[in-house]
Amino acid sequence: MSNILVNAPKTARRGEVVEIKALILHPMETGFRPGPNGRIIPRNIIERFTATWNGAEIFAMEMSPAIAANPFVSFFAQARESGTVVLRWTGDEGFAAEERVAIAVE
Amino acid sequence: MDRRRFLTGTTAAVLVLPLAPASATQEAMAEAIRKVVGTATPTEGRVKLDVPPLVENGSTVPLTVTVESPMSEADHVKAIHVFNEKNPQPNVFSARLGPRNGKAVVGTRVKLGDSQRIIAIAETSDGRFWSGGADVIVTLAACLEESP
Amino acid sequence: MTARLLAFGLALVFAASYAAAQAGADKRRSGYQDMGEALQKMQDDDTANPGMLFVQLGGQLWAKPAGAENKSCADCHGVAADSMKGVATRYPAIPQGADRPVDLEGRINMCRTENQKAERLPPENRDLLSLEAYVAHQSRGMPIAPPYGPVVDAFRAQGEGIYRRRQGQLNLSCAICHDDNAGKKLAGIVIPEAHPTGYPIYRLEWQALGSLKRRLRNCLVGIRAEAWSLDAPEYVALELYLMERAKGMKLETPAVRP
Ligand code: HEC
Ligand code: HEC
Repeated sequence: MSNILVNAPKTARRGEVVEIKALILHPMETGFRPGPNGRIIPRNIIERFTATWNGAEIFAMEMSPAIAANPFVSFFAQARESGTVVLRWTGDEGFAAEERVAIAVE
Repeated sequence: MDRRRFLTGTTAAVLVLPLAPASATQEAMAEAIRKVVGTATPTEGRVKLDVPPLVENGSTVPLTVTVESPMSEADHVKAIHVFNEKNPQPNVFSARLGPRNGKAVVGTRVKLGDSQRIIAIAETSDGRFWSGGADVIVTLAACLEESP
Repeated sequence: MTARLLAFGLALVFAASYAAAQAGADKRRSGYQDMGEALQKMQDDDTANPGMLFVQLGGQLWAKPAGAENKSCADCHGVAADSMKGVATRYPAIPQGADRPVDLEGRINMCRTENQKAERLPPENRDLLSLEAYVAHQSRGMPIAPPYGPVVDAFRAQGEGIYRRRQGQLNLSCAICHDDNAGKKLAGIVIPEAHPTGYPIYRLEWQALGSLKRRLRNCLVGIRAEAWSLDAPEYVALELYLMERAKGMKLETPAVRP
């Protein structure tokens, strides 16, 4: 079960530049921290975040351990045609999560 | 995590902010930047890095990079890279953008282990690099979790 | 020049009196007001507040059957926005038929063991915190309204005793910091008035959601006092007194704190 919160407008005027904000539950364990037993806790981070609009990539971000736990990302997109924005997160230990939002362009 | 233990032991102590020494990680940051810009020299300007100048806790610091650009097919920002000098790794994030973004603005939250300088580099579609930076002072919480 | 200065001075006086009028007689400050603008914004925006991820998780757990009864919270309590509205404002409280107060997470665990026939969730368990955050979130914006009665009052008095007693190697009481020195700086940060307005909170220090008990433990460790185990009754007594001090203040769950 992935926990994701996305904030994007449901509708936009053609050509309007809209903000998309996304938050996902994830520890972003750096791989530099010792655990209670003194041993280093293995790295477990989200490495990559991508956004596509009707299949075409519009934004991508490579993350490092310096991104805070429960990563937050905000970016802008120009609304050219109605469609689906797909947000994807992938990372260590086979982590993969996806969220879709529909934006109607009028 | 030494400072953490130190503070737990002396709750009433005044936190002294260490001045940034010329550290090995500063070189690591320069090296990481070289990897991105190659032989080019970034021009200072066009890139604005917003971070609160004084943050109460370094573990979740809001950070926004804004690059002045028309974001047109002919003239846009292709990438934004953010670096820091005091974390174990100099890279913070690298974002890929294009004309579809309309605005070259990217926001996230970062972990900062210490007070330090953050640098953002933007690559524009004409192959040039632009840079901007910000200084952050990280104060620490006084009542901390017991050390593991 | 002088006219401009005068106007500026008047504006200042006006601003000050306006602020005073806004605050009214109540000068109490939630920890929210002691945070910088960046953190206040993080708390205010529901898609930027990481605590909301746990509220979302709590909402999913609310609808999920559990235990030998295979019942979900929703099976008995229906829509949380109706059935749980205001509940968090009056906890800790004494449940029907019980002889001592329990806090909200304790009450939720009672429903787990008695009504769902499921195992108790341990302190600081993520599911427990998420359920608590989900329930408390239904009271966001509502004033804290503690219960009264001979038994609960006695526990509250015990809590006040703990609050005023000097303890730990640093020989400090909660009151010395949170009443006498609130608003002053300690190690670069403002000492808050310690109002439990936002629990469970997303504390940046923890990079996770945590309970009021965990927060209190941090202060006990800070003054090098013996921190009671997380299921000790002392916490509930202290929580009762803290809720009384914060009576009428608005709940913010899930709050963000440094
Ligand atoms: C089998 C039915 C049942 C289930 C399942 C159940 N509860 Fe309850 N719950 C009750 C009853 C009965 C009460 C007592 C009502 C009262 O005192 O008015 C109660 C009381 C509560 C209260 C206190 C309400 C108040 O007004 O003080 C909370 C909070 C609560 N439940 C949360 C939960 C949560 C969270 C879950 C799921 C983990 C859950 N309950 C599952 C039956 C149930
Ligand atoms: C040495 C001073 C000191 C003492 C003694 C102390 N605290 Fe604190 N307390 C703090 C500071 C400083 C913070 C805020 C920490 C931060 O922002 O990181 C805090 C935070 C809190 C909070 C969180 C408030 C919020 O906005 O969520 C509560 C509740 C609290 N303390 C209760 C107590 C209790 C109860 C005691 C006694 C057992 C106690 N404290 C003892 C300094 C103290």
